[in-house]
Amino acid sequence: MQGSSIQTSHRSRAFGIFRGPGKAAGFDQLKIVSLLFVVIFVVYALLLPGFFTVGNLLTLMRTVAVLGILGLGMAIVVIGRGIDLSMIASLAVPSALVLMLAASGYSVFVAIGLGICMAIGIGILNGILVAYAEIPSLFTTLAVGIGIAGVGQIGLFDYEIVSWPPQLDVIAWIGRGSIAGLPYSVLAFLATAILVGIFLRGTRPGLFVYASGDNPGAARLTGIPLRPVMVMQYVMSSCIAFFAGLVLSASSASMDTRIFNLTWIYDVILVVVLGGIGLSGGRGGVANVIIGTLLIGTVMNGLTIMDVSFEMQNLVRGLVLLLAVLADSLINPRNEETAQQGDI
Amino acid sequence: MNTLVKLRYRFWPDKIFGELLQKSWMETAVPLLVLLAVIAFFSARIDTFISITSISDLLRQACELGFVVLGMSIVLIVGGIDLSVGSIYALSNLFALYCINVLGLGMPATVVATLVVGGLLGAVNGLLIGYFRMRAFLTTMVTLIVYKAANDMLNAKVAVQISANFPDAPAWDYLGAGTLLNVPVIVWIFGLVAIGGHVFLTRLRAGWHVLAIGGNRRSAYNTGLPVKRVVALSYAASGMFAAAGAIFYASRLASPGADTGKGLEIVVLTAAILGGIRLGGGKGSVMKALLGTLIVLLLTNGMLRMAMSAGASRVILATILLLAALLDIRWFKNRHKAVQELYVSPNYMELPPPQPTARDSGSPFALNDKLRDVETIGLGEVEAPEDVVLDSDNNLYCGNRHGDIVRFFAPDYKRHEVYAHIGGQPLGMAMCQDGTLLVCVGGMGLYRVNRDRSTEKVTDETNRSLLSIIDDSRLRLADDLDIAPDGRVFFSEATVRYEMHEWPTDSLEARGNGRIICYDPKTRKTTTVLRKLVFPNGIVMASDGQSLLFAESWACRISRYWFDGPQKGKVEVVINDLPGYPDNLNRASDGNYWLAIMGVRSPVFDLAMKRPAFRRRMSKKLPGDEWLAPNLNTGCIVKISEQGEVLDVLWDLGGENHPMITSMREHRGYLYIGGIHNNRIGRLRLADADAEFVDLKVSHA
Repeated sequence: MQGSSIQTSHRSRAFGIFRGPGKAAGFDQLKIVSLLFVVIFVVYALLLPGFFTVGNLLTLMRTVAVLGILGLGMAIVVIGRGIDLSMIASLAVPSALVLMLAASGYSVFVAIGLGICMAIGIGILNGILVAYAEIPSLFTTLAVGIGIAGVGQIGLFDYEIVSWPPQLDVIAWIGRGSIAGLPYSVLAFLATAILVGIFLRGTRPGLFVYASGDNPGAARLTGIPLRPVMVMQYVMSSCIAFFAGLVLSASSASMDTRIFNLTWIYDVILVVVLGGIGLSGGRGGVANVIIGTLLIGTVMNGLTIMDVSFEMQNLVRGLVLLLAVLADSLINPRNEETAQQGDI
Repeated sequence: MNTLVKLRYRFWPDKIFGELLQKSWMETAVPLLVLLAVIAFFSARIDTFISITSISDLLRQACELGFVVLGMSIVLIVGGIDLSVGSIYALSNLFALYCINVLGLGMPATVVATLVVGGLLGAVNGLLIGYFRMRAFLTTMVTLIVYKAANDMLNAKVAVQISANFPDAPAWDYLGAGTLLNVPVIVWIFGLVAIGGHVFLTRLRAGWHVLAIGGNRRSAYNTGLPVKRVVALSYAASGMFAAAGAIFYASRLASPGADTGKGLEIVVLTAAILGGIRLGGGKGSVMKALLGTLIVLLLTNGMLRMAMSAGASRVILATILLLAALLDIRWFKNRHKAVQELYVSPNYMELPPPQPTARDSGSPFALNDKLRDVETIGLGEVEAPEDVVLDSDNNLYCGNRHGDIVRFFAPDYKRHEVYAHIGGQPLGMAMCQDGTLLVCVGGMGLYRVNRDRSTEKVTDETNRSLLSIIDDSRLRLADDLDIAPDGRVFFSEATVRYEMHEWPTDSLEARGNGRIICYDPKTRKTTTVLRKLVFPNGIVMASDGQSLLFAESWACRISRYWFDGPQKGKVEVVINDLPGYPDNLNRASDGNYWLAIMGVRSPVFDLAMKRPAFRRRMSKKLPGDEWLAPNLNTGCIVKISEQGEVLDVLWDLGGENHPMITSMREHRGYLYIGGIHNNRIGRLRLADADAEFVDLKVSHA
């Protein structure tokens, strides 16, 4: 008895050093990132002419709104110890489908309904391949994303840019209008954030996501339907991506399906990781996504104002992401007890 | 009906499928078949899919891609993934062109510099993943963007310069367009690299380290392998291979195009996974990488020739990638089970009815209690003495399951010591007049313990038979031996299909999996003399010095085989209706033979022998510990004559003292009894035996 209790305390102390006592580490990172955001914001506001203006701040918020919505979807999957690289494909292709269907005379409801069906289909495909076929999630979603983008290119659309048809103008407000100066897209982000927050913290499936991300084996042993929960995560992320796609196409009045070729997905991962949702799963929440989004949005906005070239921005983003992932792997090291062989 | 069953099991090669599936080259055969299918498909659709003119260009492309796939394969084998190869490829291409066109460095310097640059770019990945333990997928994905961004920025600066200069470097052009013996230079170089890679992975220590770390990272670390360094170096190697591919690409096309290497990582990954290199590490070979490369290249070329849109070919490639990964993961997860289920292949065997053993049956095997008075030696001090043997000083030797040979000292056998440690379970033994001990060791082969207690291997392999699929050159279960007058050692190998602890599975097959092997000390050659025996076990020389008696356990029969003389090669059944499973055979002082029966037949098992389909179903559906198995609890000692008459039978009816018997040895008026499940050695006084008889062989070995 004596010996075993000593051993346990050693163990927990060792874990304490490396992992922090669970929530506290996440909270600390949240604080640090918030502080960083405030510092950068203040520095920009003082040094960059044209940054701290109402117009620029509104632009900033509008541009980051879609990124933030995507980040919320990604957060659900990452908390469940997965990753969804096909989000940009499920942002572009189903919403372009909706635009095209509406333009060719289908009613708004049918068009959106079919779009949702497609998004759910993508999610189920991802989920089944990850949960039941046990292909690593990074790998699955990368390939599925490429496949879906390819499907969009061959079958569905005549042009790579699908424009917003007038038939859909009844729902155009989600991307264009504003209430009391706040653009609707920002409100859409906030609404999604509240919904996802309630889901994650207040509902049983949400808690299951945390449990399965923290320790899949233990979650399964306690009777959580691990595989269905995983499928659900991917369905939610692709549906949220579809919603983000609608908001994006409404605000820009078109959907550019080549968007998949851009490196946007890395921004989404950046938002999630930088915000403090560890890639090893089971940690973090909506607050982390919000702060991560604000930070990235601010940094990028500043770079744009400073007229940094697109390639240079990519370079900077890449390096920042690399640092973020490095910090993540130091703060939240992968739990060797529950990590799977071949977990790449 | 029975004849049909017999014919089916005689001629339908069940066991071949199981044995084929077990071969490691089977996993390479699958991508080979896919490759042939792809060639056939496109050749049927496109008129000149493969022609003399296109093949040279195809080979160049294949080798360029092949270099990158080789790099990716190493990273995959070590358990990672490298998505940045496309960008490294692009940067190296740009760098090489800049060196040769703008700086005018010449071919060798350019090649070396580009390789170094590629290696350094890969080393960044290696540092982050190997030493900082970052996730391979994300890290290389980010370096993919970073390198791509760098490439775009540099490209904008130097592309014009590169296009404006024409290098005067014939060696460089030779690299891209030259041929040697009508084969492009790149093919020669790639061939050399591929052979080197094969040797590295299969023959060199460092390559084994790579495979071991991919197989199980934690175990590799625990055995002391430099995990971090090897992982880091594998990414550097991947970068270098990508640079090698880019050098040839640059010398062939001399194009600093901004789209170079775009999407290459997906093509390369598909090639590696399709070839059968496992996602998650530990498995893979150069051959697989080559096959995968060819498949993917032919696929993409074919799709291009069939004028498919870029989108369509991406969808197809992504689908193939997912399917290949799916198959790979499912197969790897269930392979063991599938192989095991298919490997066991029961055969039809009909045994003659056993001789009765009931006490009042009047049969020579009638139960009695003659073993009731057996004394015990070393009770609780030996485990699993399969055979016992005594030397001229009356000391007793036996094996145990710890891999020792234990010696009990005469005259009272109270004291014992470990005489020699061999490491495998000693089975049949033979003592020579000069004190040399010959031992059959399960799983190891035929060994010798010299008088000075040194042990040495006599033989552990025999000639490989021409048509067997499994490797039967290695001795798996050498069982018992005897020495012919001229010094040749004849020993039985019970089965070539199973290890020693799997003997119950072999009994389930009831096939002739065993053989008798001869070791000739004069030539030091080992040859198989008799095949297809059903678990051959005991062996003893017959009185004529030209033949031997041997027991086949699951067939419950004793046969005689002439290895010399006028009847050379003849096999004659001596007894075929034993009531139990015969084990060791040894000489008796009166010129007859002692035979150990290790267990008694049961009607159920006998019936099962005639129902191979039932046994196959049992082996597939039930866990191994619930299978039917021969009973090895109660046996007896039988004295038989050379002609097969049963002269005496010794049972322990109450099962109190010595029911389990696998061998016995007569020595100076006593019978010493061993049993593989026993914790003791038995000793029985023989009333009318020659008190001076010793069972020692003439040694020539």
